[in-house]
Amino acid sequence: MSCIKCEHVTFSYENQVVVSDLSFQVQAGDYLCIIGENGTGKSTLMKGLLGLKKPAAGVITLGEGIRQNEVGYVPQQTENQKDFPASVWEVVLSGCLNSRGILPGFGAKEKRLAEEKLKLLGIYDLKNKSFRDLSGGQRQRALLARSLCAAKKLILLDEPTTGLDPLATEEFYHLLLELNKKHQITVIMVSHAIQEALEHADHILYLSQESHFFGTTENFMDSEAGRKFLGRMEE
Amino acid sequence: MMQYVTEMFSYPFMVRALVVGILLSLCAALLGVSLVLKRYSMIGDGLSHVGFGALAVASALNLAPLTVAIPVVILASFVLLRLNESGKMKGDAATAVFSTGALAVGVMVVSMSTGMNSDLNSYLFGSILAMSKEDVAISVVLAAAVLVLYVFFYNKLFAVTFDETFARATGVRTGLYNSLLAVLTAIVVVLGMRMMGALLISSLIVFPALTSMRLFQSYRSVIFSSVVLAVVSFVVGMSISFWYGTPAGASIVVVDMIFFCVSSLAAWVKER
Ligand SMILES: Nc1ncnc2c1ncn2[C@@H]1O[C@H](COP(=O)(O)OP(=O)(O)OP(=O)(O)O)[C@@H](O)[C@H]1O
Ligand SMILES: [Mg+2]
Repeated sequence: MSCIKCEHVTFSYENQVVVSDLSFQVQAGDYLCIIGENGTGKSTLMKGLLGLKKPAAGVITLGEGIRQNEVGYVPQQTENQKDFPASVWEVVLSGCLNSRGILPGFGAKEKRLAEEKLKLLGIYDLKNKSFRDLSGGQRQRALLARSLCAAKKLILLDEPTTGLDPLATEEFYHLLLELNKKHQITVIMVSHAIQEALEHADHILYLSQESHFFGTTENFMDSEAGRKFLGRMEE
Repeated sequence: MMQYVTEMFSYPFMVRALVVGILLSLCAALLGVSLVLKRYSMIGDGLSHVGFGALAVASALNLAPLTVAIPVVILASFVLLRLNESGKMKGDAATAVFSTGALAVGVMVVSMSTGMNSDLNSYLFGSILAMSKEDVAISVVLAAAVLVLYVFFYNKLFAVTFDETFARATGVRTGLYNSLLAVLTAIVVVLGMRMMGALLISSLIVFPALTSMRLFQSYRSVIFSSVVLAVVSFVVGMSISFWYGTPAGASIVVVDMIFFCVSSLAAWVKER
């Protein structure tokens, strides 16, 4: 079953084209990594998939049963979250807003959902801790829990492991793999950690100025674009 | 003691100033938490200078001050927030341009029309005599509106403050809540600046939030603490102003600052 389908999509900022004529399709249960050099439009594409930026051309279709506001998102950490006074519980619960509509407050259903996700990611005992006192890895887990509250089937992540130490990075990837395999959550992630990306993902979308590559991870390693890219990474 | 308090309440202007001030401090503190966390701390300051310019022009032209200042400041507030979002001109630069520009216009107008001094002084540093019956009515309505909106949209405002992109992606209408914040801030600034003074009104917005952020770990407790702190500092500052004849705005800010220093010290000691 198709989860997201991009057909001949182009993104541009004020006439400057950032991504051109991109087509790919993500099936339910896939694990897709988006890689590419800086400035090739990975974050822009993420915004497009989240419905925050309209493509200049082409169409993005979400699969059946996924509403636009039910796509989970783990952003790159922003500066102003570093000293934000909020408990983990408040942060995670804020992911449940989309099921609340106009109603104020949160009901028992949302609270149960948030509790369940905290337990799933092993941070239930951090519930009352302040978000700003968490380690980088714990913070990303909290943001992941929040995105799982918003999403039923699909989560997007934009460089979630930037700034984490190798061990925390490894753990985070492990967690994602588990969500993907055990809980059938479709994962689309922008990543600069190429090693881990190639290890875990089953599909690769490679963006570059000249051309795009989309296919399975094995195909990517064999392709010309892939060999060139990996060759450059090793230098 | 009791006698002092009764004396204070025996002046109608003091009662008005206290009612308006407590309500405004409360609103400013609520809005302030979001503004400080969104890195808009200086917007209150910029808006108060714009308000000063507008009040000066209004009084020179013999127009009702509030009917001129409120729309002008709301407009400025929108422009500043929009500039911040679009990133064309850095928000802090835009705020600086607005605030110094409007201040200069205001000073020019005041000096040409009335010949400086007393008027200028009360605009810049505030006066507790400035509150009319009309102000009391407006601030009661405003405070009620802010409270109701705040409670009703509490979770959405939290989401928009914490992570705007995520909020937007999950279907929260962030533009609407930002505009709400802009309008309410503008109104609070205009109403408060005649008592607190154009130079000091933004302290009502930033101090309680900053002090509370040092002491408390969750968003909800920061909000509660800000409101309580704001009201306490206002009342204490106002009493000092009444008994010692110091300007109200400055007295309140000094109290705010003492709280801030104490809380910083407390946070520092706790960390050791
Ligand atoms: N808001 C914006 N306005 C104008 N141009 C933008 C905007 N955001 C991004 N760009 C431009 O679009 C291009 C792609 O940016 P984008 O952030 O999508 O790249 P990226 O692949 O995510 O890069 P990185 O690996 O550094 O995160 C860049 O050249 C950037 O300058
Ligand atoms: Mg990026």
